[in-house]
Amino acid sequence: MAAHLKKRVYEEFSKVVQIPHEEAPAKKLRLSKPSKSAALHIDLCKAASATDALQYLLEFARKPVEAESVEGVIRILLEHYYKETDNSVRLRIASLLGLLSKTNGFSPDCVVDDVINTLGNEKSHQVLAQLLDSLLVIGGQLPESPAVRRRLVQVACKLLSDTNFGVRNKCLQLLGFLGTVETPLTKDGEGPSSSLGGVRDVQSIISTYFSDQDPRVRTAALKAMLQLHERGMKIHQIIYEQACRLLSDDYEQVRSAAVQMVWVLSQLYPESIVPIPSSNEEIRLVDDAFGKISHMVSDGSWMVRVQAAKTLGSMLQVSPHFLEQTLDKKLMSDLRRKRTAHERAKELFASGEFSSGRKWADDAPKEKLDTNTVNLIASGACGAFVHGLEDEMFEVRIAAVEALCQLARSSPSFAEKCLDFLVDMFNDEIEEVRLQSIHVLREISTHITLREDQLDTVLAVLEDSSRDIREALHELLCYTNVSTKECIQLALLELLKNLNKYPTDRNSVWKCLKFLGSRHPTLVLPLVPELLSTHPYFDTPEPDMDDPAYIAVLVLVFNAAKSCPTMPALFSDHTFRHYAYLRDSLSHLVPPLRLPGRKQVYSLDSVDSGCGSGSVESAKLFLQQSLNRVSTIQNLETPGAQDLLNFTIRDLQRLGELQTELAGAADFCATFLRCQLLLMKALQEKLWNMAVPLCPKQNVTATAAAQQILEETYKLEFLYSGLESRQVATIHHVRLQAKTLQLVLTARTRPGLDLPIGSCEKFLQEIESFQRMFLTELPHLQDSFVDKLLEIMPRLLSCKPLELVKILQTTLRQSGLLQLRLPEQIHRATATIIEPTGESDNPLRFTSGLVVALDIDATLEHVQDPQDKVKVQVLYPDGQSHVIHPKPADFRKPGPTRHRLITQVYLSHTAWTEPSQVEVRLLLAYSSSSSSPSSSNKSGWSDSIDGLPPAEAAVEGTIPFSKPVKVFIMPKPARR
Amino acid sequence: MPEIKVTPLGAGQDVGRSCILVSIGGKNIMLDCGMHMGYNDDRRFPDFSYITQNGRLTDFLDCVIISHFHLDHCGALPYMSEMVGYDGPIYMTHPTKAICPILLEDFRKITVDKKGETNFFTSQMIKDCMKKVIPLNLHQTVQVDDELEIKAYYAGHVLGAAMVHIKVGSESVVYTGDYNMTPDRHLGAAWIDKCRPDILISESTYATTIRDSKRCRERDFLKKVHETIERGGKVLIPVFALGRAQELCILLETFWERMNLKAPIYFSTGLTEKANHYYKLFITWTNQKIRKTFVQRNMFEFKHIKAFDRSYADNPGPMVVFATPGMLHAGQSLQIFKKWAGNDKNMVIMPGYCVQGTIGHKILNGQRKLEMEGRSTLDVKLQVEYMSFSAHADAKGIMQLIRMAEPRNMLLVHGEAAKMEFLKGKIEQEFSIDCYTPANGETVAVTTNPSVPVDISLNLLKREMALGGPLPDPKKPRTMHGTLIMKENSLKLVSSEQALKELGLNEHQLRFTCRVQLQDPHSDSDTLHRIYTHLKSVLKDYTIQHLPDGTVMVESIVIKVSSSAEDANAKVLLLSWSYQDEDLGSYLSSLLKKGLPT
Repeated sequence: MAAHLKKRVYEEFSKVVQIPHEEAPAKKLRLSKPSKSAALHIDLCKAASATDALQYLLEFARKPVEAESVEGVIRILLEHYYKETDNSVRLRIASLLGLLSKTNGFSPDCVVDDVINTLGNEKSHQVLAQLLDSLLVIGGQLPESPAVRRRLVQVACKLLSDTNFGVRNKCLQLLGFLGTVETPLTKDGEGPSSSLGGVRDVQSIISTYFSDQDPRVRTAALKAMLQLHERGMKIHQIIYEQACRLLSDDYEQVRSAAVQMVWVLSQLYPESIVPIPSSNEEIRLVDDAFGKISHMVSDGSWMVRVQAAKTLGSMLQVSPHFLEQTLDKKLMSDLRRKRTAHERAKELFASGEFSSGRKWADDAPKEKLDTNTVNLIASGACGAFVHGLEDEMFEVRIAAVEALCQLARSSPSFAEKCLDFLVDMFNDEIEEVRLQSIHVLREISTHITLREDQLDTVLAVLEDSSRDIREALHELLCYTNVSTKECIQLALLELLKNLNKYPTDRNSVWKCLKFLGSRHPTLVLPLVPELLSTHPYFDTPEPDMDDPAYIAVLVLVFNAAKSCPTMPALFSDHTFRHYAYLRDSLSHLVPPLRLPGRKQVYSLDSVDSGCGSGSVESAKLFLQQSLNRVSTIQNLETPGAQDLLNFTIRDLQRLGELQTELAGAADFCATFLRCQLLLMKALQEKLWNMAVPLCPKQNVTATAAAQQILEETYKLEFLYSGLESRQVATIHHVRLQAKTLQLVLTARTRPGLDLPIGSCEKFLQEIESFQRMFLTELPHLQDSFVDKLLEIMPRLLSCKPLELVKILQTTLRQSGLLQLRLPEQIHRATATIIEPTGESDNPLRFTSGLVVALDIDATLEHVQDPQDKVKVQVLYPDGQSHVIHPKPADFRKPGPTRHRLITQVYLSHTAWTEPSQVEVRLLLAYSSSSSSPSSSNKSGWSDSIDGLPPAEAAVEGTIPFSKPVKVFIMPKPARR
Repeated sequence: MPEIKVTPLGAGQDVGRSCILVSIGGKNIMLDCGMHMGYNDDRRFPDFSYITQNGRLTDFLDCVIISHFHLDHCGALPYMSEMVGYDGPIYMTHPTKAICPILLEDFRKITVDKKGETNFFTSQMIKDCMKKVIPLNLHQTVQVDDELEIKAYYAGHVLGAAMVHIKVGSESVVYTGDYNMTPDRHLGAAWIDKCRPDILISESTYATTIRDSKRCRERDFLKKVHETIERGGKVLIPVFALGRAQELCILLETFWERMNLKAPIYFSTGLTEKANHYYKLFITWTNQKIRKTFVQRNMFEFKHIKAFDRSYADNPGPMVVFATPGMLHAGQSLQIFKKWAGNDKNMVIMPGYCVQGTIGHKILNGQRKLEMEGRSTLDVKLQVEYMSFSAHADAKGIMQLIRMAEPRNMLLVHGEAAKMEFLKGKIEQEFSIDCYTPANGETVAVTTNPSVPVDISLNLLKREMALGGPLPDPKKPRTMHGTLIMKENSLKLVSSEQALKELGLNEHQLRFTCRVQLQDPHSDSDTLHRIYTHLKSVLKDYTIQHLPDGTVMVESIVIKVSSSAEDANAKVLLLSWSYQDEDLGSYLSSLLKKGLPT
């Protein structure tokens, strides 16, 4: 098999090789500088046949043309255009005209007239269409010139009567794109529009093409109209009727565009009144449009259905009466009225009996229906969503669910009504739809209270094998309101079942119960004795504290007890003990309670809660003051500065622990100050006072300090989000200092030898790149190290390495402390590995040489683009380390700043004699090039290959940003 | 006027024995050739003697089209083709062609081997019959002969069910067979494009029903099964081998997958197994979900569903069993039912309709003591559930299809007369088209207004285009001059010059001349001048010339003046125009007759 594959690869490879051979003559031509217009001219003149000319033009299009020479090139192309007889070449020239007009820095107004003139004697429809397309581009390049626009619009109007659909399409596109918003097209001048008869505005011209014979033109007309709307022109209401007629067009793209058109009009004129045909009644336009679009939900083409379903969601002004019709479906069987399953369930619930055994024919039809009242064709909005939710294509179903969500959010009564339907969607065959409907239900859950039977259906999904579904459902349960204590019991029961079946859901289930408890304290109260299995007379055995199910129950009870002061009276002794334990170990799930006889807990909590928002302010103030204090240090050699820094760092660290809101900022400052401290220490070493030849060969502390500062600066730059360019500049500044230190140290450690010229040059380049990158920030860096360096830059460039080092050394030692200014919001990227927990004593056994999959579940906070940056590192006891890139699909985004990584990493190793631990941690990858503002575009990469100065070459690395988790594994030797 | 004639031989105001004859544009087509489940005598099959009293049918039918594999749509096919005699083409879709012989063979076995009937078709006949079948693909236009073409559309209902669009010239008929407008777990919804047929022949099984959402029923079904399994009970689901059985299998299979359930699911061997095989093969005919996911896993390769063995029925623990037949009247399902009936933990779910007299019917009606053969009684303690999973379009679905296809006439078959009456009224009211509900043997003739295609010469067309202002509006008729040539069965519209040339005729000028008497005292030339100025003022858009030779030309009409011999005042105007200018000429003559303004 492998050999076969290889052969195939070679086969394909050899094919690739052959093609350039055939193109050999073309290669020669490319040498003749195609970017110069003269060369093009020669090329085109030389072209013997149309094919050759086409070939040249194709080649030509591949190379960019400088803005200065564009006009010349266009002139030459036009010249050839007139001479050329072959349609395909002219077509190519026409398309090149558009392409060239797009060149940056070129203003095509000088060529507009020439291009328009070419239209005059063009016979080929395709070329005409292409020319119009190029004009469209030119028009787009000249948004400020109304004269050009008017001309182009006139040209478009003139060519609208062309017989070719492509030409008409492009004309309509032009009209839509450039049609003047303010003034109607009048007879003024010798405008060809006058031939079309008097004063007509763009809209009426476009709307006449709503009834064109070609569906493509009809679509283009609708699209042009939509574009006019997008550009801010008010579409006339007369269009509405025409658009409605197009809803029943034979072609789906027309219908789809018409749906959009009707929607636009319904948003523009929601309150105008339109008559209902074949009756004297009148209704609001938005209602009428809603009815018509609802009708499209049962269209023949699924694209239209998706469009219609999506559109419905945004028609919020529709009257509730119409809205509720969308869920309406009159059932009948043999002409007798029948109740829907939803109605039956509701009735059953209302009657108080919740029978599970089902009777034959309990859905038997009821009263006889009058044949005249049965309306089979859904008039208006009737049952639109019933259809949409039952659609064959899941795209339509998802669109319908989303629309339902949008409408329900704005109308509580509708939310109540659509509940049954959404709950039904939990049973859809496609997971995406199920997930979506769960999310939707969560979003509207503030409006609704679940009935017991509905909750029952909802809870049934808890057993789903998909983790996403279960977690979405937990999330939903966090927000739902239930009506009875039976519901709570039911929910708890199902959640415990879920916990039992899928133990990994532990955290999610607990969190869910926390909210359930705190939302329904009064419903939980009567259940407490049962839940805690207390007995009025007998002492019951103390449950196992490590049982996740028991913890789940306690979480529910404690959270309910928070707002229900009578509840703790029902607790037994061990419950209080367990409370204390849980309050400590799972403090995010268990709230502080006012328990009798637990004063100390109470007092501590009050301190905690007492320092609410005010404390954040004071903490901020403290942070600022500390920074100010530090900024008084003028020089790195100021006496006492070190102590001050030391204390400040300690203060900041403690502050970060106390105030979670400011943790990021405090950490950032502390790290920054630590860098300064290190630098200071390194500079105050005795070695500086010694003569160069005397100093020891290896200066460990200073070198290590320089290295550490470098590392810390990378952390500062990439681990924190919310940095502004000013902070980045400061960080880079510190890095530059560290590099200077390194350079000076290297120079000193080998006094006899000359410093390699390369490293000096590299350093100088770095200064330059710093200047380039932070040009705007330089004013803020007055009197800093860099500032001084830049002052003496000319001298540095000319002097010898030894001299340079000397200058650097003195400058560095004189440089002051840079003041740090805090940005508004600064967050530190953090990661927590939830799974594996690292608690397991059972080693993961597998045969050596094979792999074992380790499930990893982690939450990431404040990480941007985790798909590219976050990696998993596995560290084996022998020092081997593997870095694994998780798949992009493994990242989910449950919150705005939060990501969740659920992935599997494969472990493998040779056989061990006994189990040992591997460390798993998450890394944040960075590359300095991607973050530097100057070369943020990707093209920088390919440029640097071409030999740009290597100063900006990416520094890539990784920062560990999660606590390592230890996993016990045991690769066994393979049995032979 | 041409007509399309439709005659149901079966399924006219009736369910079963679908067989409809259509003659359209001189072609005779038989749609479906089914048998009636309710009869065991001659009424079982359609009355083919209606077509011809004796002899073979080949000469009278151009083709036979089978919509799907249910026996009431294809059961009489071997009888017709082999015993009555038909050698023409039979069209059906690929899955139908694959599954149909299995069912026919099964049907034959029951009738011949079990009931001992003679004079019935043999296995060989089924094979011979299938040899005449030409398979159809969806949306593929098949030319039966030069004029007749057919095209199949997806119909849902069962695997391979199709609607057919039959077209001769510009006349067309759509026959729906059985179809379903709501998708289910394994099949999609029926779809047809806006083909605007002259007649849409639709089934109307559920003409008076509007059904509830499928999802509720499914959820109910799954909940029942799940609860019973959790209790440790056994679930028996009696099914017929094909169609619903697969839907329920998929439903349970995905549910088991989703919920991570472990209890075994069995289906009784035999037909179902073979049929499942075909379901696996014809993935393109199933619904979106199955089609999209089959690359990872073919949904019909059941993971949780295994073949059933007789001995499993006594195994302890929960299980789900699909067993045939569906009405609990015989066979495996009945045996299992007897074993499990005594335990109230167990459950039986009837997924379909049960005929009176069967055990299924009895237990559905709440009978708790059953009399068995051998005078023993059986206590029914297990729970009995009814779930309707039917795959026919309901009234709304039928209306939806009509809206999709936009037919000019409607014809309902495959339903009960009374129910059809209701739907007919509704259709006529909503769409204002004619709707017919013929009984068996009753012929409906629908007059069509076919358009006659005429070739028009390009030159003529271009000339017309050059004449007339803006683009031709397709919705407005427009007059043009030309010559219609009928030659060798084809029609051609050419310019008159070309017609003359082609036919080798000389052109004859036809001129009308007319004298108009005028009283005018002026001299001839003055009169002429006065006429000239008069006409000039009346006919503004025409070219009017006063020629030096004493004539006035209006376009090509010549006007001369001569005074009569007797009365110098009485002038005679001589008008002469060619046939082409007849309109203008007669207008001029009447204008001049009124006299000149003074």
